[in-house]
Amino acid sequence: MNIFVLVKRTFDTEEKIVIQNGKIQEDGAEFIINPYDEYAIEEAIQIRDAKGGKVVVVTIGGEDSEKQLRTALAMGADEAVLINTEDDLDELDQGAAAYILAEYLKDKDADLILAGNVAIDGGTGQVGPRVADLLGINYVTTITNLEIDGTNVKIVRDVEGDLETIETSLPLLVTAQQGLNEPRYPSLPGIMKAKKKPLAELELDDLDIDEDDVELKIETVEIFLPPQKSAGRILEGELSAQVKELVNLLHTEAKVV
Amino acid sequence: MAKKVLVLGEVREGALRNVSFEAIAAAQKIADGGEVVGALIGDQVSQLAGSLIEYGADRVVVVQHPHLKSYTSDGFSQALLAIKDEVKPDAIVLGHTSLGKDLSPKIASRLQSGLISDVTEIEGTGDDALFIRPIYSGKAFEKVKIKDGIVFVTIRPNNIAPIEQDTNRAGEVVELSVDIQNLRTIIKEVVRKASTGVDLSEAKVIVSGGRGVKSADGFEPLKELANILGGAVGASRGACDAGYCDYSLQIGQTGKVVTPDLYIAAGISGAIQHLAGMSNSKVIVAINKDPEANIFKVADYGIVGDLFEVIPLLIEEFKALKVNS
Repeated sequence: MNIFVLVKRTFDTEEKIVIQNGKIQEDGAEFIINPYDEYAIEEAIQIRDAKGGKVVVVTIGGEDSEKQLRTALAMGADEAVLINTEDDLDELDQGAAAYILAEYLKDKDADLILAGNVAIDGGTGQVGPRVADLLGINYVTTITNLEIDGTNVKIVRDVEGDLETIETSLPLLVTAQQGLNEPRYPSLPGIMKAKKKPLAELELDDLDIDEDDVELKIETVEIFLPPQKSAGRILEGELSAQVKELVNLLHTEAKVV
Repeated sequence: MAKKVLVLGEVREGALRNVSFEAIAAAQKIADGGEVVGALIGDQVSQLAGSLIEYGADRVVVVQHPHLKSYTSDGFSQALLAIKDEVKPDAIVLGHTSLGKDLSPKIASRLQSGLISDVTEIEGTGDDALFIRPIYSGKAFEKVKIKDGIVFVTIRPNNIAPIEQDTNRAGEVVELSVDIQNLRTIIKEVVRKASTGVDLSEAKVIVSGGRGVKSADGFEPLKELANILGGAVGASRGACDAGYCDYSLQIGQTGKVVTPDLYIAAGISGAIQHLAGMSNSKVIVAINKDPEANIFKVADYGIVGDLFEVIPLLIEEFKALKVNS
């Protein structure tokens, strides 16, 4: 099986967001593989181990993204590809990212492409389905179970907390939801091996992409932090009196019940 | 300039979802005095067209086909694109629901358009409309606009108020015939797991439990409280990882981001990842034994105490309140 995983480097979930000169401050921040992409990598490795083939992880980014690709290789992916847009593009929107990935993938004969269902930074969840549409293949989002038998695929997906069982076939793009699996931590031998695994770097020129092809369709006007919540009231007194007061406050002051 | 805006009415278990009425309100802002056209897609759904009009749509286009009984991206994209070709809108609005999240990127890809996902607020109207959406799971927000071409947005449930229902409003309902074919996905089964029947994403009240709930059984009083308040049950990652509940209930940076009117956090310490998923709720109540718990920093009201003592008392008080009002 020819398996590709689309990954993104994101802020660590522990990070606080600081805005300076209208931009999110990245200096000193810790970066990780987008957590939903880790499920996709783990699933890809398990499928390869069961069915054979190879797992290629692909990302769009700058030199810094190499670290996350090496982590994916250390988990067990076979090859990594960095599509480096650092010199060509300041910003990417979802349509542009999908176009670049699809241009890379179009002649790769992928049987299965996996991605996270959403990235925890931008939070749009658009890139996976857009890539599938550009490649003309089917896609299934927010999957929690995947069984492959030949080219037949049986999937369970999360739909607003309900579980939907569906049947489809390869080639296919799926996006991972939490609960799909338990992503492994890279082992020490894995980390050593990862250093020698192939990591290719491509630029837009290598994919015959003009800057016009990836023109932004969305313009960011402003980035801002939500209003700081001031700490509220800690109620006091007998527990039963506190509860009475709380219900009264919710009813008459906050008016939410 | 007045615009024509297309809104998809999303049907779940035979009824329109609230978010569709909210989407009509959003569409009216974008339309700026122009026309709001409802789209209905399904097997037997035309009887719901009237509701879309009562909530502000000027007319409705319906596509019905046996292949549209269950949602598939292939089926629904064919139907919605056919409606789009018929209506020729300047903008499209969908709910940012499971269906909207799955369908909208495919439509945007077909239209080669931008797509602004998960909008929580619209500033201005018509050509000047700016769209506010959370990034980093609500740790920050961005204000964006479409540079040119069709304005395509999905709106987060429970954030944009619908306009009041007017049963006297009337509008044209037309059916469009579309040949739905080449479905690559077959839906075999749907297992309902949402315990109270209220979606977390649309719930007005959420009662959420953390590690302090201690077991799966420990969630029972939370469920009872949620039921009394017509709300849904949520959980922190800690509770999910410990196996007390299903991951589908998880609220946080991984998991769902929610903005109910009332969020009751019971036995949740308030890790930054959890706060990202719920701190934009309108009113937050924290119940925790530890007075130093982080959750109290974002809570409007806090009770320092054992949730297993507090929740039963709350259940009694809310029951009494219901009887009296």
